[in-house]
Amino acid sequence: CLHLAGNHIKADSNHREGRSCVRYKCSLMNTVLDVLHQRPGWVEVKEDGEWDFNWCDVGWLRENFDHSYMEEHVRICHFRNHYELTRKNLMVKNLKRYRKTVEREAGRLEAVKCDFFPLTFVLPSEYHLFVEDFKRSPGSTWIMKPVARSQGKGIFLFRKLKDIMEWKKDCTRSDEQRDEAQVESYVVQSYIENPYLIHGRKFDLRVYILVTSYLPLKAWLYRDGFARFSNTRFSLRTIDDQYVHLTNVAVQKTAPVYNPEKGCKWQMQQLRRYLTAKHGTYVVEELFKDIDNIFIRSLQSVQKVIINDKHCFELYGYDILLDQDLKPWLIEVNASPSLTASNQDDYEMKYSLIEDTLHIVDMEGRLTGKEKRVGGFDLMWNDGPVFRENAGLETLGSPFQTANTHLGGVNDRKKQLRQLLKPFPGQKKV
Amino acid sequence: MMNEGSELSVTIAQIVQRLKGTHLHSQLEKQAKECLHRPEIRLESIKEDVRKFLRATGWERKLQNAVYRELHILPPSGHPEAPLEHTKEPLAYMRKAQASWEKRILKSLNSMCTELGVPLARKRPVLEQKELTSKWNEMGADEPDLSKFRPVYAPKDFLEVLINLKNPNHDHSDGLTARSHWGLIPISLSVRDVPQLREAYPELSLSCSQLGIDDHAHVPPDLFESEHIRIGKKVVDEQDSAAAQQYSRQGSPTGLRAQLWALILNITNDPEDVAHYEQLKAAVIHHDLLVDNLIYKDVKLTASNDDYYFVFEDVLYQVLLCFSRDTAVLEHFSYNSATPPKSYIQGKTGEEEFAVVYPPNVPLLPCQMGIVCRLGVIPFHGFSMYVAPLCFLYNEPCKLYSVFREMYVRYFFRLHSISSSPSGIVSLCLQFERLLQIHLPQLFFHLQEIMAQPLRIAFKWMVRAFSGYLSTDQLLLLWDRILGYDSLELVAVLAAAVFAFRAENLMEVTSLASAEAVLADLSTLKVMPLLQIFLFANVI
Repeated sequence: CLHLAGNHIKADSNHREGRSCVRYKCSLMNTVLDVLHQRPGWVEVKEDGEWDFNWCDVGWLRENFDHSYMEEHVRICHFRNHYELTRKNLMVKNLKRYRKTVEREAGRLEAVKCDFFPLTFVLPSEYHLFVEDFKRSPGSTWIMKPVARSQGKGIFLFRKLKDIMEWKKDCTRSDEQRDEAQVESYVVQSYIENPYLIHGRKFDLRVYILVTSYLPLKAWLYRDGFARFSNTRFSLRTIDDQYVHLTNVAVQKTAPVYNPEKGCKWQMQQLRRYLTAKHGTYVVEELFKDIDNIFIRSLQSVQKVIINDKHCFELYGYDILLDQDLKPWLIEVNASPSLTASNQDDYEMKYSLIEDTLHIVDMEGRLTGKEKRVGGFDLMWNDGPVFRENAGLETLGSPFQTANTHLGGVNDRKKQLRQLLKPFPGQKKV
Repeated sequence: MMNEGSELSVTIAQIVQRLKGTHLHSQLEKQAKECLHRPEIRLESIKEDVRKFLRATGWERKLQNAVYRELHILPPSGHPEAPLEHTKEPLAYMRKAQASWEKRILKSLNSMCTELGVPLARKRPVLEQKELTSKWNEMGADEPDLSKFRPVYAPKDFLEVLINLKNPNHDHSDGLTARSHWGLIPISLSVRDVPQLREAYPELSLSCSQLGIDDHAHVPPDLFESEHIRIGKKVVDEQDSAAAQQYSRQGSPTGLRAQLWALILNITNDPEDVAHYEQLKAAVIHHDLLVDNLIYKDVKLTASNDDYYFVFEDVLYQVLLCFSRDTAVLEHFSYNSATPPKSYIQGKTGEEEFAVVYPPNVPLLPCQMGIVCRLGVIPFHGFSMYVAPLCFLYNEPCKLYSVFREMYVRYFFRLHSISSSPSGIVSLCLQFERLLQIHLPQLFFHLQEIMAQPLRIAFKWMVRAFSGYLSTDQLLLLWDRILGYDSLELVAVLAAAVFAFRAENLMEVTSLASAEAVLADLSTLKVMPLLQIFLFANVI
């Protein structure tokens, strides 16, 4: 890029220093790369060049983060130890500890609000605890998931202990022999046997959360998202049919009846409207409040564990499952949600999602920092809950404050961005 | 001429006849009997007291709703000497055209039957019946080989029939004029123009608030939305059909729509409705019909391929397979110009054994088993799209079925049969063309010049009442008004409004293909602003 006399702009005291030329690195070959290519003033750097922005994969992070010196303005798309939230065994550990803390500090009623993840045990370390619970609920179904794999690989369902006898052998190994790299850790989780079905089909929700800081916690919720449907009808009869129970698009793609044109997805707006038509506005609003609760508490549970670093931000893909009582359950948090598009609509959605993420990261210094909404993102938590209504004397102490979240709501981001953002540095005003 | 008084008594007699013996009737009698024990019922004023009781407990309202429903579907009253046929459809040439259209469909189905060697109707073996019962809720999981079946007809085939309608009374002696060859529909029916539409649809005017416009994200809900929802809740609580219909003109809130539509259509889900549905289901299990394959094919080709409706595949089968066996649907023939041919069952000897309508709703054709039946509703390509949007609102197959059936007999059937009704497809086509000709003459002329007659593009939207073309939430707002005004007229107005909206781009195109391309994607359109602007904001 051009080396002008100082390639950053010193704006007035309200604004961060912005850069008119941003050098970026990107490990991905999908929608992200398109967004970066097309961003005015952003230039890709080669292998060892210096960079201001890095959209890396977690592998690169693991190998290089600790050896990289980053200047103040530099941004990278992962937190060093994100796996505290995104690896199933660590997430469970953190959530359980958090729940205990909440119960101790705020009582039983408050702790119940943390009961959004199904009963889970880490194997092989908690095998004995699991067996105790297993025996207490005979006939129920459990799901075994490998800790670190994705796209539905390695997952299976079972009802009898003999199906997992090999794990019993692992338990007798001593600590020295247990090397994390060799022994594949699993979590076993109580399977939700009464998922909410739409005409016989099971689905889960994919929601996007952007965290720009853990201490203090600052998190944004994206309005768009989708419901991913299982291609076949739900039934507990055939738990061997992995196509039925797993709603990951990756698994559905190989199922016998998958039609690639169909996509098996509903936009979040469509799902919200369907549920509202069926259950009424009030019930659905309560449901979405419960879903907000999952995001906030899950982030709070790792708040003190994650190494907070001002260079880091992270875009999470949350997987939520609804049961027949319209209770939402947290299934998983992904640090690298798929940003590859399955069709044109999906591409546009993911493009906008990444674009708005970059707006919030704000290398160009165009934001004041006081915004509650940027494009399709709404500020959900800013060291405390964020409300739609602006604070004033009228709202003080009022019980009628609504959370500043609009999941599944209208996403008129282009219009909002036009009003919010100044043109890119170097661009003429339109 | 019958005077109004006797006309009214005839109507009353007809309605009483229809309501006699219904579940509602027996319930009313039961309630009336039981309330006699109550202290407020006095012998000297027994009639008034019972009436008061029925009113207070909501039973009078239920009866009112039932009567209201009957009024909706009552055939038009005509001269007492006129045959029923003439009352249903007064224009002889329309009757003839519909009859010959039906014959053509029949012939087409007959040749498919012979060509493929598939029986028209076939009793299922017991094993197959058991199998079907067990997978009743997941019929979509099958992938039967349907490659040899083709839809009997597509909307464009039907359009050709309409284009070739001829009114024998029409004087062509002034030869070809620009006026006579403006549009595709060659006949004249009375259709409303914009000033008349403005009077007929005042609730859509710029000065009136409604859903689809005034519930936009930027409009504070206090201005209209909250109050409208509050009123909607009240209407649902009152269980008043007529009020619900009036209310729906300004749109139904998402959370109340299912209940409001059920109210407008008077879907009560009585035990008799449930029993009726179960009977139909039993009929599906016992017999396999040729028409079933056409249904499967249609669902697979249209709804299953849709980004949103694919989820409803299974329940679509459950509804449509039952629908093809429903004799109650044939009731609507009493005001549709189509007449079902008679039916009889041929035994193996070829002699008439007994006259039974079985299975119902199946074409009049002999087949291997010698079962001859009535012609009913033959699904055309896209038929399942009438049902798909309703799946969004209703979950139980029985209720969904009742809602669909009522919507079919009130509205949808008019979109694929030939009649002079103002809600019939012929009138809608004519109205669409006239609206464009009068308000966008330059556009109409341009499109005609490049051989891109507007009706050729808009026809498929109108036949499906825009289902599958608009996004679901917008479609439901449109159907709110169809129910609210008890007319399909707005379908034609919307079609014209869409052309008006994209007029600029359409003026630039130079072929039918490019015109189709400009109008290919309607999924981003907002229906109510389009209608409002077309009707109320244009200078006429």
